[in-house]
Amino acid sequence: MKVTVDEAKCCGAGTCVMLAPDVFDQRDDDGIVILLDEHPGEALHGVVREAASVCPGVAISVSEDA
Amino acid sequence: MTAPSDVLVVGASAAGLATVEALRRKGYAGRVTVLGAEAHLPYDRPPLSKQVLGGSWLPGQAQLRTPATLSALDTEFILGDPAVRLDAGARTVHTAAGRTLTADAVVLATGLRPRTLPGQDGLAGVHVLRTLDDTLALRTDLAPGRRVVVVGDGVLGAEIAATVCAAGVPVALAGPQPAPLAYQFGPLAAGLLAELHAARGVELRLGSAVTGLAADHGRVAGVRLASGEVLAADVVVVAFGAAPATEWLAGSGVVCDNGVVCDSRCRAADGIYAAGDVARWHHEGLDALLRLENRTNATEQAVAVAGNILGEDRPYMPVPYFWTHQFDARIHVHGTLSADAEVSVVEGDPGEGRFVAQYRRDGKVTGVLGWNMPKQARLRRQDIAGAVLAGRT
Repeated sequence: MKVTVDEAKCCGAGTCVMLAPDVFDQRDDDGIVILLDEHPGEALHGVVREAASVCPGVAISVSEDA
Repeated sequence: MTAPSDVLVVGASAAGLATVEALRRKGYAGRVTVLGAEAHLPYDRPPLSKQVLGGSWLPGQAQLRTPATLSALDTEFILGDPAVRLDAGARTVHTAAGRTLTADAVVLATGLRPRTLPGQDGLAGVHVLRTLDDTLALRTDLAPGRRVVVVGDGVLGAEIAATVCAAGVPVALAGPQPAPLAYQFGPLAAGLLAELHAARGVELRLGSAVTGLAADHGRVAGVRLASGEVLAADVVVVAFGAAPATEWLAGSGVVCDNGVVCDSRCRAADGIYAAGDVARWHHEGLDALLRLENRTNATEQAVAVAGNILGEDRPYMPVPYFWTHQFDARIHVHGTLSADAEVSVVEGDPGEGRFVAQYRRDGKVTGVLGWNMPKQARLRRQDIAGAVLAGRT
């Protein structure tokens, strides 16, 4: 799995950080998403897919075959 | 409980799409159909009043998923065909084009319809902003030299005024509150918002309700205020609230009262669920019926509904959250604010344009507002969850 984020679409909600704190964080100054792990381990795949699906800014993409 | 053999989702926006994604993510392999009233593939609404109206995004950039991602969901999307009737007992939906769709589980996710002013139908120059087509029609009408009046001093109205103003079009904002969002934010944050709008050139005509429209030869000419004054306008945007789109559920067997009334599992009847703006469900933590009109709820509630369709049997108990961007202010709200709450700044400094404010009632933290401090506001959610959602497990 490969995770990518689009900073321009991020609204700073932090939903992804609440779901998967090992994969996502937010910048202190503007709340924009920080991708901590673009190839998360399999145990995290379910929660990362959920983070991508519920991201209110549609800023997270997941590529399954990478 | 066994999983249903097929699921029908009525509504192809954020809540409808998120329901399908959550079903598949949770391993559901049955048949899924999504019925949408609009002809467009699922798109996102928050950018409509900002990036799409302002022209920094092309309409396609508001699409929620690429066609390839949608196709991987193995779901039939029937678009451009509104639902017109539900038989809840039979779990059958009839559509405008004459389709009859039946499924073991039906999800109602039909969203909202904007409220309108008397006499606005058929009057040129008057707009609402709910759909992509609404947004494009408004953009087209923002010709140079025209003066815009936005009716509605809530989140949507204030965002539209900011976007129109930033695009260089003269705009006035009208509504009954003393400042934009004052009934919700209270004097401190709403006052800052009023200062920001005024400083950037929005003409604030607040404190007087809008009673109707003035017209001239079939085109809008102004907005009438309760004070008797008429604000001249070439273009009017009506953005003073929306009602759940439940007309089509009359006689269906599900209870509609300011939304589809649901239990704590977001279930309106046997095999019938509701998600998103249209759902009014029993929040067990607050012990109240709640309906949330925000983007985050659309997806979070959809996840809960998908789980309950598959037998998880869990109550849906979110901490409400929304954000709004107006000019350079990025405001994030967790929990519930009210104008009469006791407000204290717990981080940052309003004078410097960055702060987090905590809202308390009866000594308990009910909400947090972050002004250009999204991360810090999110970290304060814990205070709310503990105090307001005492029943949360």
